[in-house]
Amino acid sequence: MRIDVKKTYKLYIGGAFPRSESGRSYEVNNSKGVFIANPSQASRKDLRDAVVAARAAQAGWSGATAFNRAQILYRVAEIMEGRTSQFVDEIVALEGVTPAAAKKQVEEAIDLWVWYSGWCDKISTIYGATNPVSGSFYNFTTPEAMGVVGVFAPQKSSLLGLVQSLAPVLAAGNTAILVASEKFPLPAISLSEVLATSDIPGGVVNILTGITAELAPWMASHMDVDAIDASGLSATQEKEARLEGVENLKRIFAFKGDQTPQRVLAFMENKTVWHPIGI
Amino acid sequence: MILTDGSESSIKSFLRTLSPVDQVGADARAAMLATRSIKTSSKVWAIDIAISMIDLTTLEGADTPGKVRAICTKAVRPDPSDPTVPHVGAICVYNDMVKIARDQLDASGGHDIPVAAVSTAFPSGRASLDVKQRDTEDAIASGAQEIDMVIDRGAFLSGNLAKVFSEIEFIKGICGDKAHLKVILETGELVTYDNVRKASFLAMAAGADFIKTSTGKVTPAATAPVVLIMLEAVRDYYAMTGKKIGVKPAGGIRNTKDAIKQLVLVNETAGPEWLNPQLFRIGASALLNDLLLQRMKIRDGHYAGPNYVTLD
Repeated sequence: MRIDVKKTYKLYIGGAFPRSESGRSYEVNNSKGVFIANPSQASRKDLRDAVVAARAAQAGWSGATAFNRAQILYRVAEIMEGRTSQFVDEIVALEGVTPAAAKKQVEEAIDLWVWYSGWCDKISTIYGATNPVSGSFYNFTTPEAMGVVGVFAPQKSSLLGLVQSLAPVLAAGNTAILVASEKFPLPAISLSEVLATSDIPGGVVNILTGITAELAPWMASHMDVDAIDASGLSATQEKEARLEGVENLKRIFAFKGDQTPQRVLAFMENKTVWHPIGI
Repeated sequence: MILTDGSESSIKSFLRTLSPVDQVGADARAAMLATRSIKTSSKVWAIDIAISMIDLTTLEGADTPGKVRAICTKAVRPDPSDPTVPHVGAICVYNDMVKIARDQLDASGGHDIPVAAVSTAFPSGRASLDVKQRDTEDAIASGAQEIDMVIDRGAFLSGNLAKVFSEIEFIKGICGDKAHLKVILETGELVTYDNVRKASFLAMAAGADFIKTSTGKVTPAATAPVVLIMLEAVRDYYAMTGKKIGVKPAGGIRNTKDAIKQLVLVNETAGPEWLNPQLFRIGASALLNDLLLQRMKIRDGHYAGPNYVTLD
């Protein structure tokens, strides 16, 4: 008889897999209420470390050419494809859906990831502009990455929701701190294994598992977080986040599963350049 | 009490009387002390005392007068938005920047902040004694009140202890009562903990006011066990002679957690008397910003970001 090798579920910060500095973990049950895993319960200090890692990775990621970012994100999709069965098992256990439905969700998530990776080098072509000005200048406006974005993944959809929130933020050239769905965190942890073996530089995506209500106020008040995808926050939590986020004019958006380049644009800001003609 | 007359045989017989260092024990004790958790009001106190102990340092080939002036201004008022932040312990620069630093400090109200100069062919120390003499005199003439000299590690490792001793004694003679002498052991090159202990005693017996771990140009620099051993040496030297010698770890102390670990080492080894800038300094540059960010976090109740401190 063989003894199972059980997995220790850890956080993903700065390209490494640490346990929570608090040493805490919490219990996750499957759809039938049976215990299945002990993921780390991230503390505010893990969140702080994740922000430091994300900020350090920011210049490199947003400075990479859009084409290069697209290639790297596409490679993530390639590796996700190879891990399909792992994602399917986790979705079946957590959401209680049939394996066929779970497989469909995984495929949709991978396709969506590819779709958003394609936007990297198209977004500024389509949404940038040359502006008519009365003077001897060329005047350009292009959307650029906002910086460090906190992402609260939707609570109800374990993998697809995650990709819906994370992929547009990355395609925009931001680095992210992703807080996984509290009850369905396992696909996020598997995604961190995918990211660690892809070409995404460490720190570009940081994944925390834990209690959303505990982490949300610290994310919202953190002065070095530029924007938040609040899709995974409750209405009250989102309102509180908006109040806390006022201090550094944080941009906070929540989405309902829409597949649109507007999700990429939401985490970009327009930069305008005046360039003299004839010099 | 004279521990040695400076001759090779007398130094060797003095150093032989020292108890050897238990390497495993030192590592374990340093690791154990690093697990102490300093929270709330103690942390507030520790952050402020750590700021006041910083030798704010810039030792780059690319240093400019502008950069030196900027760090001097920062030394006086580390957080312009908060006058309750103490000023740092000293400014540490290369010789040619000493006058610029001194003038800027005086101009911005930092009369009581000394300027430390790294001297004696820093960081390698590979120059003739004449050059080292000129280097030191030049720094003092420009207004340096602290001299950070390097020992001749080559001589130390090849057993030429009298040469190391006489050099420190010689530089101390130049400093006289005009400047404090910090002796850099460059522990990253001394190979064993026993050597660190021996070099510490050698430097103290030769007249050092401070012993400093490293130049910051060699890794490993100020590791916890090395600082522990130097603090023990200082403690033992105090017991032998009644003279209090300061300790300055430098290099690799980049965040608040590291700095607080150093303070714990001081408190538990040399004792609380050493917890002041006259007897303990931290050579650092990036550390100050992290201490300020932590201080803001405690003051404001939320995390601050690097946009709220200076770039340097």
